[in-house]
Order: sequence, then C-alpha cells, then structure tokens
Amino acid sequence: MTKEPVAVVGIGQTKHTAARRDVSIAGLVREAAVRALEDAQLTWSDIDAVVIGKAPDFFEGVMMPELYLADALGAVGKPMLRVHTAGSVGGSTALVAAGLVAARVHRTVLTLAFEKQSESNAMWGLSLPIPFQQPLLAGAGGFFAPHVRAYMRRTGAPPGIGALVAYKDRRNALRNPYAHLHEHDLTLDQVRSSPMLWDPIRYSETCPSSDGACAMVLTDRAGADRAPYPPAWMHGGAMRSEPTLFAGKDFVSPRAGRDCAADVYRQAGITDPRREIDAVEMYVPFSWYEPMWLENLGFADEGAGWKLTESGVTELDGELPVNPSGGVLSTNPIGASGMLRFAEAALQVRGRAGEHQVDGARKALGHAYGGGSQFFSMWVVADTSPAG
Amino acid sequence: MTPAPSPEVLQAPLVVEFPFTRSLGPVQSAFLTGLRTRTVLGVRTTDGRVLVPPVEYDPVTADELADLVEVAPTGTVTTWAWNPSPRRGQPLSAPFAWVLVRLDGADTALLHALDAPGPDAVRTGMRVRIRWAAEREGAITDIACFEPYDGAEGGEAVPHTGTFTDPVRSIVAPARLDYTYAPGRAQSRYLKALAGRATYGERCPSCRKVYVPPRGACPTCGVATAEQVEVGPRGTVTTFCIVNIKARNLDIEVPYVYAHIALDGADLALHARIGGIPYDEVRMGLRVEPVWSEDGRYPDHYRPTGEPDADYDTYKELL
Ligand SMILES: [Zn+2]
Repeated sequence: MTKEPVAVVGIGQTKHTAARRDVSIAGLVREAAVRALEDAQLTWSDIDAVVIGKAPDFFEGVMMPELYLADALGAVGKPMLRVHTAGSVGGSTALVAAGLVAARVHRTVLTLAFEKQSESNAMWGLSLPIPFQQPLLAGAGGFFAPHVRAYMRRTGAPPGIGALVAYKDRRNALRNPYAHLHEHDLTLDQVRSSPMLWDPIRYSETCPSSDGACAMVLTDRAGADRAPYPPAWMHGGAMRSEPTLFAGKDFVSPRAGRDCAADVYRQAGITDPRREIDAVEMYVPFSWYEPMWLENLGFADEGAGWKLTESGVTELDGELPVNPSGGVLSTNPIGASGMLRFAEAALQVRGRAGEHQVDGARKALGHAYGGGSQFFSMWVVADTSPAG
Repeated sequence: MTPAPSPEVLQAPLVVEFPFTRSLGPVQSAFLTGLRTRTVLGVRTTDGRVLVPPVEYDPVTADELADLVEVAPTGTVTTWAWNPSPRRGQPLSAPFAWVLVRLDGADTALLHALDAPGPDAVRTGMRVRIRWAAEREGAITDIACFEPYDGAEGGEAVPHTGTFTDPVRSIVAPARLDYTYAPGRAQSRYLKALAGRATYGERCPSCRKVYVPPRGACPTCGVATAEQVEVGPRGTVTTFCIVNIKARNLDIEVPYVYAHIALDGADLALHARIGGIPYDEVRMGLRVEPVWSEDGRYPDHYRPTGEPDADYDTYKELL
C-alpha cells in the first residue's frame, strides 16, 4: 500500500523578537497556531492530532511544557506528541507529524515548535557544572569555531566568505516581516569589521537569540483538495543521527547529514540537487555553515561550497537562493528554527513568501541540524503532488 | 534507594539551580496581581464554569478566555494528602496537608497547603479559608496556606475587570534539582590516572580506536571497552579558535586559544587551552605538551614542545 501524500496547507509564525514579554509561552504558541489555522481556513475541531517540539526543557525550565500547552493548542481529547532532537527539533517535529498523515493514522495534524529564549538560558542549560569535569572553555560559538577553521584549511576558502553569507542573510531578512533582525543600515564593511568573538567567527556572523513560534497544518489529499490556497507537497523527508564525538567523526561534513540528504533526494527522485532544487532553507547559525552545508547536502563538490557563496549563486536572485527568509542568522528561537526552515521552504513552493519569494520556486529543501552536529532532519517540498 | 557505591567509582553532589523568568500573559497577570490585594480571581469558560486558578484557553473548546470573576477566600477540601516531612521551598516548614480546595464560587480546585496539627484533623469536605501572607508581592505564595474555618459560606462568583494598578507582568521561578553524580567506571579510572599525571584511554576491541577520555564503550561499535592504553603526554593541535569573550564563571584572561588536541596514540581530539605562546602564533599542527597545575585534576593548559609542526596529512582524519 502506498503512503498517503502529505500536503502543507497552513503556515503561521510569530513576529520573532528578542523578548515577547506580553505573552506567556501558551500565548506565544497560540499566536502561531491561530495563524496556521487561518491560512488553512480550518478550526480547532478540524485538527486530529498535535505534534509539538522545542529545545531542552532546561532552557525555559518548564518540564514537559506540552502538558500545559494542550489547552492553548486545542489538543484536549486528541493525541498530543512531543518531539525532542535539540536544535533540529523543529524539522523532526514536522516529520513526525507528516509521518502520521502519510501512514493514514490521522488526516489533519497541527505541528508546532517554539522557544522563548528571553525566559531561558541556553548557555546555562547546555553546560551544567558536571563534577570532575573541566568547565566548558569556550561556549557555543567556541564549540563550532574550530570546525569552521578546519573547513577553511581543508578547502582553501578565503577568510571573507562568512561575512558574505551574514550580509546576504541580513539583507534577505529585510524582506521578511517576521524576521527578528531588521538591520536596515548594515553594510558589508560593518560585518567584516564587527568584533571577532571566537576567531574565525565574528559577532555579525552569529545568530541572535529570539522568542518565537512556528506552526504548520499538514493534511492528506482530500484535505489538500479543500485548501483555500495552493498547498506544498512533501516529496521526501528524512532524519539521521550520530554521536556528538566519535573516532572518525567528520565535523566539517558529518556523515549523518550526507546520508540524510541522500535519502531525501532518493525519495524525491532528485539526482542533481543543484539543478533540480529552486530554493534552500538551511540551518546556518554561524555564517560559515552555509558553504559547509552546501557541500554536505550535495549542492557543491567537496571543497567548492564557498565558491557558490562567493559567486553569488546563493543570493536571493542567484541560481540557488539559500535562506531567502534571512535564515537562522536573522531569527533564532532555537526550538522553532528548524520548523521555520521547513515552513519557509513550503512558503516558497506555495508562492506565498511575499517579498522574499524566489521567482518560479517549484521545489525547495528545508534543512535542520542540532546538538553537536549530531541530529539532522530534512524535507523536500514541491508545488505538485508526488507521482503515484 | 541509592545502591551502595563501588569504592572505585567516584561520586559527588550536583546541584542544578536557576532562577527562571516567566512572562505571565493577561490572565495569570490578573490572577497573581489579585492575590497581592487579597482578591482571588477565576475565569469563566465558554460553558459557564468558573476555573480557579484561571487558565488562558478553554480546556473544552480551546477558546481564548478573558471573562474574569472574583471568588471567595473560603472553600471546601475536595481531597488531600498528608506531608509528614516538608522539604526546602515548600509552603510550610512543619508537617502539613497538601489539599485541593474548591473555593466558594469556583467549579475547580486549587492546590495548596493546609496548616493542620496532624492527619486526624484533615478530612475531605472540611471547610477552610485562605491565610494571607503578611507581605504580598503578586505570587502564589501570597496565599501563605489554608486553615480550618467554620464561618459562613462565600457566595457566587462576581464579575471582575481584572484591572489593577501596577500589575505583575512577570515572575521569577527559582528551580533547583539535587542530584548525586557518578562518572562511572571508565571515567573514574581515567581521573585516578590523571592524578598521577598519566593519561589513559581505552581501546575498542572491535574497531581498535583509542578513546580519550574513555566512556567505557565505543559509540560506533556499541561494545564495552576495557583495555587501557597510555596516550600522550604530547599531542598535536588539530584545530582551534581564539576566544575573545570572557566567560562569566571562568577565571581565564582573554584572548586565549581553545584547541582540539589529538594526544599521540589517541583516535580523537580532546579540548584544552593553549598557553606559553602568543595567541596569534598558535597554528594547526602545533606540537604541544601538558602543563600540570599544582593540585589540579587536569592539565591546566598545553604549551608548545618546540618540535617541528606535524604534517597536515598526519592529523587531517582527526578534524
Ligand atoms: Zn569500536
């Protein structure tokens, strides 16, 4: 028996910002969910199940927040599931929801991810003072910066590539009304001369800390037929994981990421992602991860990712626009960041991305990763339903 | 019960403690601000029930709720449990009863503490009233506890605007978890060797890779590791970053170099600080050795050995 095709018929997100002091966590997720329902022109009673994700409970200190959020998400009397895969959780949450539709367990599923970073402490939540261990020496950026240096050494990438990515993504964010950072006056020179935090990573090449939520309504073929706006159709979805540290781990291009991409392309019948995919929303929390993931995801040969960035291929009007929404570099409510990538990919193929719409986008990739480059989740969405 | 610790395995307390902030949103803001003025607010649901404590969204219809009402400070115990040994942070320091109290005018019950001399003095159906805290700030602790009460019953819930001057919009919720941490057999053995300034990894019997620090199992093969292998003391800087941000709880002057170091004989790099060389002269391939602090459990940092740099090909697989 073939799988049920999965369609994205509703997308909602909050205006991401440094601190949403006017709402509780329930109020925050509610806002995104209501917008997704409005987009799909559905009501709470049309939803059969809710699948929710966020980063570690320690971030906000609400243990199992999904229990308290059931009322706000109309989940009382329905199945409600929580997914947790660190920073990739927004992506894997959407995939769990999609699996329920594809398997015909439920017909219409609300999926949602959030983080209220202003009420959390990610740094603390991730680095508890474990007895007998030397205290963490460098923080989150310090964890990733040595891998960026390794990438530069391996590929011979010139030092200015990261600044190009940061400048591009911040410019793209100006076209996205929901993005957190709207730095109208930012210049490339300012990015290049911003303080060096964890050499080789500069301040402007790092992501902000945001409060925000993202929601999507996923449904079956019959649900898509009733949708008021064009749906995005899922053509492939995959997750992979690997340990944070192991002998032979390739931090620059983790095998779990490569395998995950290969799987999702195989499902979608894609043999040349560079030519066949029209827009990419990838998880780039530090600017250099754009060229790194371009290689990991098969858009460029090993060592050549930076050349795509340098030559403008990944610009909004380039051949392969990457992060037209402004990406994680402009908006980072951690738990929601992965789902934002998935949702923005879907907005592109629905033709509903507004000012940051990529002309003629028919097939898009949403990508998320998390932990110490150990969890990966991806989907490919398109404007037509999958064959069969 | 905690099993008796093996003498070889280390143990230490681990306290996880953090003051979390919470934005309240309109309903909880009104509820907690009300308590400050000895006013207990509930919310009326779409089907007309009064929920105390109030919630923002209707548990049945998922409607947004905003119809606030005031209920009485008196009520009835709907169920209870005796707490013979209160812990830190609980409402009362002497033994008390946890009670669910349905306040007069409400349809649901509020969890709180009842001050009673013993379990014989508590029963379901007993009448109680709020004992207010002397100092109130807009928190659930503004209700110090409940106490037995045999006065008149409160009336129906009455509408309330929920409007107060200087409302409480956020609270700080201190969280604390007490653990006993045991690093396990492999790491205990590793730490013991470090005290003698020797670094031991463990070799996987299947893939033969040497793990430093050892975890007692190979994450790739999923088998236990036991064979100890001395590694180092010298090693190679595989990659690094220069940290320019001073960590709040770390006594290290910036800038400093945070490096991945592959000790000779190890199959993955460990992380450490580099010293004894200007930060801007550190490079990939630099050969280093540990500098042990007087009484530290770990090398304080690593410094250059003076050997020629390692060739990139010798460590590129460890990046
Ligand atoms: Zn092994």
